[in-house]
Amino acid sequence: MSGRVVVIGVGNPLRGDDGVGPAAVEALRGRVPDGTVLAVSDGEPARVLELWRGADTVVVAEALRARPARPGRVHTLTAAEAASRAKGAASTHAFGLGECLALAEALDRLPPRLVVHAVEVADMELGARMSEAVRSALPELIDRIAASVRQAHERDDGG
Amino acid sequence: MNRRATRVLRLDALARVEGEAALHLRVEGDRVTQTRLRIYEPPRFFEAFLAGRGHAEPPDITARICGICPVAYQMSACRAIEDACGAVVDGPLADLRRLLYCGEWIESHTLHVYLLHAPDFLGCADVVELARGRRAAVERGLRLKQTGNAILEQLGGRPIHPVNVRIGGFYRTPAPDELRPLAERLRQARDDALETVRWVAAFDFPDAVCDHDLFALRDPGRYAIDSGTPAVMAADGDGPALREFPPSDFERHVREGQVPHSTALTALLDGRRHLTGPLARYAISGRWLHPLAAEAARDAGLGDPATGARCDNPFRSIVVRAVEVVQAVEESLRIIGGYERPPRPAVEVPPRRGVGFGATEAPRGLLYHRYALTADGTVTEARIVPPTAQNQTAIEDDVRRAVQARLDRAGPAADDEELTRLCERAIRNHDPCISCAAHFLDLTVERA
Repeated sequence: MSGRVVVIGVGNPLRGDDGVGPAAVEALRGRVPDGTVLAVSDGEPARVLELWRGADTVVVAEALRARPARPGRVHTLTAAEAASRAKGAASTHAFGLGECLALAEALDRLPPRLVVHAVEVADMELGARMSEAVRSALPELIDRIAASVRQAHERDDGG
Repeated sequence: MNRRATRVLRLDALARVEGEAALHLRVEGDRVTQTRLRIYEPPRFFEAFLAGRGHAEPPDITARICGICPVAYQMSACRAIEDACGAVVDGPLADLRRLLYCGEWIESHTLHVYLLHAPDFLGCADVVELARGRRAAVERGLRLKQTGNAILEQLGGRPIHPVNVRIGGFYRTPAPDELRPLAERLRQARDDALETVRWVAAFDFPDAVCDHDLFALRDPGRYAIDSGTPAVMAADGDGPALREFPPSDFERHVREGQVPHSTALTALLDGRRHLTGPLARYAISGRWLHPLAAEAARDAGLGDPATGARCDNPFRSIVVRAVEVVQAVEESLRIIGGYERPPRPAVEVPPRRGVGFGATEAPRGLLYHRYALTADGTVTEARIVPPTAQNQTAIEDDVRRAVQARLDRAGPAADDEELTRLCERAIRNHDPCISCAAHFLDLTVERA
């Protein structure tokens, strides 16, 4: 059995572009190798830490705000990059991913490998639809997640 | 009087108050002249979203209002719809609902106690700093929280937005055997819960007194969670000690109005400032705590709940929350111990024309729902009043008192940074809801 790979889409599907992470995860159902766990989360750190417990590779799909903004741009970040980006309130969630990562580090619960794919968002009003810019970016986000998942399994199979 | 140019202070890093809230504080010399808390309210959006939906849909839809207390929304919605349709859910189905609700109390309270509130008392900026210095405590909190999560997963089907709840009961009920591992976990969680009470009881608490009327459900014989009658306990020596009204009268009593120190319309109970949540529940239902929870409360210095003790220091709400976690663990064990699988997973709830009312005790306080249905069950009107919206006036008053007390000691020299921290703490005492209140608190201190 290969090491556990966990994909977490963080966000709220009722808040327009904030739902991009969960939307990518839903799109991947049935399209990932066995041994891949697909999950959605509101980003609450205790739950996120629980989701990646025992995982060898964690792939996070997120929404982020950036200045200057280019909605729809997809970023791929390492854990360290995500932690430093999140300090500037880059995440859209009450607890940032940065706080999750810092808490995990303090408790020695960082997964061995973690990668974050995040889309720059435009509209996160409650009840809003996903913006055109973010909807257009969804296929690229899904591709990047799928590639990360594939690599993780290949690495496990090879090692 | 020391006059300064108006200064505006904006903070956007206050993630520990979980919400899109803004506080406006006006200080003239050494007097606080205005305190206004603005709380963002998703329920307004959901009320509109519910109109035109079928009568089976509100539990699932309203669960999405809050990631931290979805069960509370589901339970108030179920009760209101069942009330409108004349259906009664009791026996083991009601017990299972209560068990699910206990899971949410454990999870939500533990989140607040460990990840949000405790850092205030230990001089830590946040839970990350707390985890670096007191790792064992944070590990204990996460373990305890995970036990609540396990109840939600077992009964709700998944930890966020439980999918197994429906009007009339559940889609599937567990066999007693399936609950056995949960009981084992809860027995271990009991030690963590008791240790939590001891831990928080030893914190240093600022002197503070609140004199809000207290508002909670009352369910004689047991600590009200999923059912009961709305009851008001007047602030000391102010009116009758306790009065009750049926949930159908809620909107006649809880209305928007104006209070001193605020120009905004805020929720008042019979024209007076009121508080709902742990402090209110402890005062109204404390005598019905399980012996272990009552003992923990006494040992923690909360007085004797058997004789109607109340806790008037909002900073000590963290201790009351910890006691309520012990209560929820004990209640969960009691329910699992006596559980027999009901003959059917849900009772029929055939639609009929009418209006229904539901009130339950969300972790943050009394949560009210009302639905009007047509004969075929279509929702024509929905009304949701969450606890955080009700507590707004009381929170403003607490903030005003805390800042005023500080100014009385330090004079106008008290700096903005210190006042800001104090405001945050006064707000955090009441655990504003993650989405009833979402992301950043913007604080403005205006000096005239």
